[in-house]
Amino acid sequence: MLEIEIDGKKAQVPDGSTVMDAAQQLGVYIPHFCYHKKLSIAANCRMCLVQVEKAPKPLPACATPVTNGMKVFTHSDLAVKAQKGVMEFLLINHPLDCPVCDQGGECQLQDMSVGYGPMKSRYTEEKHVVFHKDVGPLISMQEMSRCIHCTRCVRFGQEIAGVMELGMANRNMHSEIMTFVGRTVDSELSGNMIDLCPVGALTSKPFRYTARSWELQRRKSVSPHDSVGANLVVQVKHDNVMRVLPRENEAVNECWISDKERFAYQALNSEARLTRPMVKQGGEWREVEWNVALDYVAHGLKDVAREHGGDAVAALAAQSSTVEELYLLGKVMKGLGSGNVDFRPRQADFGTDFKRAGTPWLGMRLADIKDLDAALVVGSFLRKDHPLIAQRLRQAAKKFTKVSMLSVTADDQLINLHASLSVAPSQLVFALAGVVKAAALAKGLAVPDGLEAVAVCETAQRIATSLLAGEKRAVFLGNVATQSADATQLHLLALELGRLTGASVGFLGEGANTVGAHLAWALPNGANARQMFAQPRKAYVLMGVEPEFDCANPQQALAALKQAALVVYMSAFKHDPALEYADVMLPIAPYTETSGTFVSTEGRIQSFNGVVKARGETRPAWKILRVLGNVLNFAGFDYQSSEEIRDAVLGQSGEFASGLSNDLGGLVLAMPAQPAAGLQRIADVPIHFADPMARRAPALQQTADARPPALRASAGTLAALGLAAGGQARVRQGDGVAVLDVQQDDNVPADCVRVAAAHPTTAQLGEMFGEITVERA
Amino acid sequence: MAMMGAINPVLMAGLNGDDGWRLKDYVARGGYEQLKRILQTGLTQEDVIGEVKKSVLRGRGGAGFPTGLKWSFMPRSFPGDKYVVCNTDEGEPGTFKDRDIMRYNPHAVIEGMIIAGFAMGASRGYNYVHGEIWEIYKRFEEALDEARAAGFLGQNILGTSFGFELFAHHGYGAYICGEETALLESIEGKKGQPRFKPPFPASFGLYGKPTTINNTETFASIPFILKMGGEEFLNLGKPNNGGTKLFSVSGHVNRPGNYEIPLGTSFAQLLEMCGGMRGGRKLKAVIPGGSSAPVLPADVIMDCTMDYDSISKAGSMLGSGAVIVMDETVCMVKALERLSFFYHEESCGQCTPCREGTAWMYKVVHRIENGLGKPEDLDLLNSVLGNIAGRTICALGDAAAFPVQSFIKHFRGEFEHHIDHKTCLVPKDVQWAGSGFHKIPA
Amino acid sequence: MFSSETLDKFAREVAKYPADQKQSAVMACLAHAQEEKGWLPAEAIEAVANYLGMPPIAAYEVASFYNMYDLKPLGKYKITVCTNLPCALSGGYHAGEYLQQKLGIGYNETTADGKFTLKEGECMGACGDAPVFIVNNRSMCSHMHPEQIDKLLEECK
Ligand SMILES: Cc1cc2nc3c(=O)[nH]c(=O)nc-3n(C[C@H](O)[C@H](O)[C@H](O)COP(=O)(O)O)c2cc1C
Ligand code: SF4
Ligand code: FES
Repeated sequence: MLEIEIDGKKAQVPDGSTVMDAAQQLGVYIPHFCYHKKLSIAANCRMCLVQVEKAPKPLPACATPVTNGMKVFTHSDLAVKAQKGVMEFLLINHPLDCPVCDQGGECQLQDMSVGYGPMKSRYTEEKHVVFHKDVGPLISMQEMSRCIHCTRCVRFGQEIAGVMELGMANRNMHSEIMTFVGRTVDSELSGNMIDLCPVGALTSKPFRYTARSWELQRRKSVSPHDSVGANLVVQVKHDNVMRVLPRENEAVNECWISDKERFAYQALNSEARLTRPMVKQGGEWREVEWNVALDYVAHGLKDVAREHGGDAVAALAAQSSTVEELYLLGKVMKGLGSGNVDFRPRQADFGTDFKRAGTPWLGMRLADIKDLDAALVVGSFLRKDHPLIAQRLRQAAKKFTKVSMLSVTADDQLINLHASLSVAPSQLVFALAGVVKAAALAKGLAVPDGLEAVAVCETAQRIATSLLAGEKRAVFLGNVATQSADATQLHLLALELGRLTGASVGFLGEGANTVGAHLAWALPNGANARQMFAQPRKAYVLMGVEPEFDCANPQQALAALKQAALVVYMSAFKHDPALEYADVMLPIAPYTETSGTFVSTEGRIQSFNGVVKARGETRPAWKILRVLGNVLNFAGFDYQSSEEIRDAVLGQSGEFASGLSNDLGGLVLAMPAQPAAGLQRIADVPIHFADPMARRAPALQQTADARPPALRASAGTLAALGLAAGGQARVRQGDGVAVLDVQQDDNVPADCVRVAAAHPTTAQLGEMFGEITVERA
Repeated sequence: MAMMGAINPVLMAGLNGDDGWRLKDYVARGGYEQLKRILQTGLTQEDVIGEVKKSVLRGRGGAGFPTGLKWSFMPRSFPGDKYVVCNTDEGEPGTFKDRDIMRYNPHAVIEGMIIAGFAMGASRGYNYVHGEIWEIYKRFEEALDEARAAGFLGQNILGTSFGFELFAHHGYGAYICGEETALLESIEGKKGQPRFKPPFPASFGLYGKPTTINNTETFASIPFILKMGGEEFLNLGKPNNGGTKLFSVSGHVNRPGNYEIPLGTSFAQLLEMCGGMRGGRKLKAVIPGGSSAPVLPADVIMDCTMDYDSISKAGSMLGSGAVIVMDETVCMVKALERLSFFYHEESCGQCTPCREGTAWMYKVVHRIENGLGKPEDLDLLNSVLGNIAGRTICALGDAAAFPVQSFIKHFRGEFEHHIDHKTCLVPKDVQWAGSGFHKIPA
Repeated sequence: MFSSETLDKFAREVAKYPADQKQSAVMACLAHAQEEKGWLPAEAIEAVANYLGMPPIAAYEVASFYNMYDLKPLGKYKITVCTNLPCALSGGYHAGEYLQQKLGIGYNETTADGKFTLKEGECMGACGDAPVFIVNNRSMCSHMHPEQIDKLLEECK
């Protein structure tokens, strides 16, 4: 520890601290622009110059290491003169357009220049003008003359996003932030650069000129878009969501959010919203009052249940539904005598149902990822499925964590990987088995039963070795592992690997409330998400799901829905395909218009309130389900608030949910038979097609991540199929056909084609990881 | 001819223009003997560094930091890679000595770097060569090939366990890469943007590894110091200013060129060696150490001896030993305008005071030169340069500030005349007569 | 994109640096690329970046930072004139003016026949030989007084 005194206040700081660190610890504010606690030190803005005793010159607080006994003065004449001098330099070429600048009111430069007193400019030369740039639909670089060259955006790309898309070109006063020859910025984390930019140079393209910062009310919320549960500030004007920003929570999202979380809000204010209940009568859709709609639903469901038994009714919910919604949905189904309720539309293998020792989760806390010695991610499109977890692993890998991937494509995760293996989906289980066996052999233990015949490759050994060394290790099962036809075996193998190596085992989590859905017991007693379509039912309730995009086998789901007598469709959005098979549409509140609770993949319970008034006739789903329960005369539907429901489900749990466990009982390891050779489909769920909100956010839909799916395969596979990159191919699963552009992608394993799910062009296809046939179109 | 003149030359002794640069010539002059002596008689690292310390060799790149002391900062027991880097970026206006050293005596640089590698336990070196002297860079690569073929570079040099690899890296037009940390960034394949110090290169240098950077002339002196002994080298110069040094004399002298003379030689004598003032005109001012050194008026410089301490006492810096001589035909406003343009153009652009301040200063001086000066401009310039100097990441900020400060200090009258009368104090025809740099009238 | 000769040069440059520091060769590779192409089109910069496994924008930063890379097409002969103070004191400006008159172009311009481009340069480290030019980044010309300039222009075919 070192002793330091700043402006007369004393502190003890750890070795290696800078003066800025010490000042923050003491609560002394030192003006700065380039310094950011999550980025490397650049010391280029020179705003943080302070006086240090015995130093002849002012020193930058952000870059000056504390020495024992150091005395620092941040307000001395020397310091203030230096700071004012820098301020003057920053302003000489800065346009004085605060009144029309989007950053106005939340600009660090503006705040500081006010703080340093009105200054008549001594600069009478012409101001330097910097040309604007177009870098895509999310970030505006329209007024680059405002840039103060702090390079935060550049460092963010290099260090946090893991990809350098912006750079500072040229030199001297002609230095300019730009992309390579007019390219777009495509990182899934790019929007954070807008927050980092201390001035109005990088601004949000969708938000620009829609509001002034002082008109906005700031409300807390929680992201519904992925399993991390990023904390948000939702900014609101006249009951419209104008902007979504990260709310700093070091343990959850640090100070970042993904672009999806930042820009999906556009869908909330759009024409795409469903705002009135509707009922189809005689083939015609009619807007109706709520009581009419709910009567219709209640009678419809009751009639089916009475005539065909409760088992003829099934309900499927999205994983971004709240704990409260899922709980009441399950309860309604129970009242109808049905156990057919589920929230896992993409799952193919339900072998662990009734065998789980508790609620599956990450197996550790997010904040502890940085301390891992090694991590293995199994079956994941990591960067796109879990941008913030990928970010944490990226930072960890830079220090000492050995991060390995075992997945179905070799997509660049922008992580410095220790080892990586990509195999066909059907081979994932054998590849993981290889790691398990390698771990057993390395420890000199018996190879687990069933794995005798499994081959062990060098990479498997390398991964196993990494998991055996050090204190803290983790195995993470990603969405592909969850959605795999071998999900149960993968889960068992991961547990075995954990047992052999001492690594924790966990799930990255498919949705914002996957853990919460388990806890709310929205799980089948009867037919699961697959069975309810494989054996068609008479009536369905869909909550927040768009089956064409969200189901493992959309073909099968649609066939079942089309034959049903009653389909109740609950959604925040109009969904044209549903007009055909649904009979009732109920507008339910998105996360900004209802209170509720998500339990993130680390088991963190996060309740939130609505931040704007519900749009039109929209109602929170928990209230709708409560009324439905009442109309149906079921007992136990008299909750007054979402909090009451939450407490009924989670008890007085505190910060983290209890009962989390990934253990399984009563299942044995058994390798599946090697599948017959054939062409396999690999279906990712592209980040901006992953949920109904993102699908309807115009800016997100213009990004590189939202390009329509192509058929992607390696050069070898393309040649074997007689396809040429740049051409087109007809792909077929069952009776579903799609015609797609062909792209060469050598990250796709041999004998596989990558055809993304969740997009209109591929919605008629079948199993995400099933067989597929391809011919030249 | 290699040199325009010399007194007791060391580095350039016995050189015969372009003919003597090859390995065989260097060996004939006693080259690589010191490397052999070190490796074959079992001299220790301490012995070598001790000798360099005794010589009071001060860095020839500009700052004049004692080389032996710098070498002793390297963590000698550090287990991983360590680097020795030579700075042949020579971009400081007025300086052209390293080019001649590399042109006529490249093996002295190579031997000096190998010895440095030995002394600091570094196994790899790079020589960063100014991009504009491409032909010299190519020659240096040839010299490296010769040294490699002769077994002076590579693994197990002269059959010992000591190994050293050396490569040339060329610049491509950026003055700032002469600054040692910008140079390291440049070798790493990035823009030449200086690093904030601390940490210093001795602990975090090239690729983050301990690194020592010296100027070409510094390294080239090493074999000679070992040959004659540190003390004798020191005695060539004067106390605290050991040895001889190359001075690059440019401007209004009859014979511009490089002169190797003992430190402590009087400026008057140097001027005489240069054949005196061109056209017999009167000396007006001298920039004694490269363009970033403060300018000294004739009467001040005429009283100086050419060594670090004397020039520093006179209010300037010996710097790289580039002596820019200006006669009475020079308009000092125009001269400063050109220098201010240079520093603004060469600012790397990362830190605010330098990026913004150098451009501002240039614009104001440019205005004054063009008859648009205002009475308050000189105070403004002094205030702006005060806000640059000492506030930047690297010393380019200071380098840009010193000329402005010193020109205004010593030649304020000329600036005021420009502002008041919208024209030069030195009449135009006088300027034209003196090979100044105003447009020749049609 | 590049001739096998140029690619050989790339490989030789990369070999100068530790195996995990390929990016160090970017300056040299860009220089070789420019030598082959005459200037540095974006595709060439990107190809160099890909060759070295670095982001294209990082290679662009380098190409735009150092003066001797040409990001726009230019004449067959690029003549860079040093006009910094030491050269200027010995006729640097005059030499530049003489060149401009002879070629009928100003700095940063190219003759109509596409043969010559003129540039103004900073100190080339040869002030004792003033006035100095550099032709095509490679050959330094000393003492460039009018007769010398005439001879140089003669030789540039
Ligand atoms: C802006 C700037 C330019 C410099 N240019 C050079 C140069 O061209 N050559 C050089 O040897 N040193 C130059 N230096 C000094 C180097 O940073 C460094 O001090 C020197 O190379 C150390 O070598 P020495 O101790 O042998 O002098 C420059 C410094 C600054 C601040
Ligand atoms: S002082 Fe100038 S050259 Fe040095 S780091 Fe700052 S901007 Fe770059
Ligand atoms: S915050 Fe310290 S220099 Fe920018």
